[in-house]
Amino acid sequence: METASAPVKHSWLHRRISKIGKQVIETIDGLGHMVNFTGRVFYWAIRPPWRLKLILHQFYFIGNKSLLIVGLSGAFTGMVMAYQVYFGFQLISVDSLVGPVVALSLAKELAPVLTGLIVAGRAGSAMAAQIGSMKVTEQVDALEVMGINGVQYLAVPRIIATTFCMPMLCCLFLFIGNIGSYFVGTKALMIDEAMYLSKLGEFMHMSDFYQGVIKAFFFGFIVALIGTYFGFGVTKGAEGVGKGTNQAVVWGMIFVLVLDYFLTSFLVKIL
Amino acid sequence: MIDPSQIAVDVKNVTKTFDGHTVLNNLNFSIPKNKIITILGFSGAGKSTLLKHILGLMLPTSGCVEVLGQDLTLLDKVQLREFRRNFGMLFQYAALFDSMTAIQNVTFPLREFTDLSEDQMYQKAADLLISVDIQEVAFNKLPSELSGGMRKRVGLARALALSPHIMLYDEPTTGLDPITTKMVNDLIVETQKKNISRGMTSIIISHDVRATLQISDFVAFLDRGNIVEYLPAPEFAKSKNELVQEFINL
Repeated sequence: METASAPVKHSWLHRRISKIGKQVIETIDGLGHMVNFTGRVFYWAIRPPWRLKLILHQFYFIGNKSLLIVGLSGAFTGMVMAYQVYFGFQLISVDSLVGPVVALSLAKELAPVLTGLIVAGRAGSAMAAQIGSMKVTEQVDALEVMGINGVQYLAVPRIIATTFCMPMLCCLFLFIGNIGSYFVGTKALMIDEAMYLSKLGEFMHMSDFYQGVIKAFFFGFIVALIGTYFGFGVTKGAEGVGKGTNQAVVWGMIFVLVLDYFLTSFLVKIL
Repeated sequence: MIDPSQIAVDVKNVTKTFDGHTVLNNLNFSIPKNKIITILGFSGAGKSTLLKHILGLMLPTSGCVEVLGQDLTLLDKVQLREFRRNFGMLFQYAALFDSMTAIQNVTFPLREFTDLSEDQMYQKAADLLISVDIQEVAFNKLPSELSGGMRKRVGLARALALSPHIMLYDEPTTGLDPITTKMVNDLIVETQKKNISRGMTSIIISHDVRATLQISDFVAFLDRGNIVEYLPAPEFAKSKNELVQEFINL
């Protein structure tokens, strides 16, 4: 007579190691899918038809509709930075350097990174939600049945628009941030205007500006790539759309920060 | 035996496996031109997989699918994409683009694939919408502002925009009330009649046995990846196949 064998009960350590192993495999698998998706994006980006109207529409959504939030963030970041730097520098009597320190911080780091985070939160999440809801309601399938590639129609215009919008938004952040810093520095903290501007011109170089703009370009690409990737990965209805949107924001922000480190370590050597 | 020149879709020895699990099992099946054919089957029988093979969205593990005489397994991705313009598809929930109005949904395929002027596109889309009984007042409404039945009709107008040779209907009446169900079924029959002169074939994937028997010329029953019964609709109702009888009497 056969008896049913009892399920094997693994030790706590065995279960923990299995769980970690499973997560590692899933992460590698996910990265593989993302590399594959990136390849498809490049493949379809260089093939006609080039839908200029769709790209311009995305430019409007990502660029124009982000102006207010980027401008406000830039202004207040510049103003807060001016205060913080001033009270530190005052202790060693170099408060005239507030302008260049704020400008350099904004140009090299804060403007591209904060703009990247803002766009990841605003546009990256919207991309994942839009494509995700199209996926669960079979709109992406409808495109495929019509002979239109979903990646080419939905992802490529968003990625192109975000990649080229981000440097512009970064410049706006930088410009408004410096205006905010200038007003706080010269009107509230009473730094001499001529001194502020002359030190700014002395320490700030175009290479500092380029560093931020180049970073913003790559951040735009990665934020849109992740937003669209998680949009196409959506399954299981409304719950899946929420999950995909959440992942797009989280991973978009993580990638911006990680990429920032690598870009900085590279750009400081060449610029 | 169907005359080969009158075959719209010919599925030859098609097997499809996913991770060792066989979904379509050496399937042989021909669909004649100018007819309405319904494929019935329990959930998981392989209906959607078969539909994707007919559309060329999936390729078989072995065997081939010929559509309008063209073996889809021999086409590359770009050719397959172009070939898919022979199909029109009405999705279960219409799958209208929710950011576009009714008329924009119908002009969409025309804008993508034809050289018509804006006026010509609008006129063609308007004619299509009127032909499926959508009044002009609804042309500029978003899908969210339309009823389920209206969405289906707009979806059908969009599917017909490029004058397809094969119309596919995926569960066209699932989840609809009896009146809308009748309206959709009448629309399928009318659409087929209107387009019969250019050799259009309609393939329906459905669970709705009663409607199927009323509107179809032929009915096929798919079970575990194989066609177990394939008969003209009146004979299908009298089939002695146990599975078919079980399905009909559910």
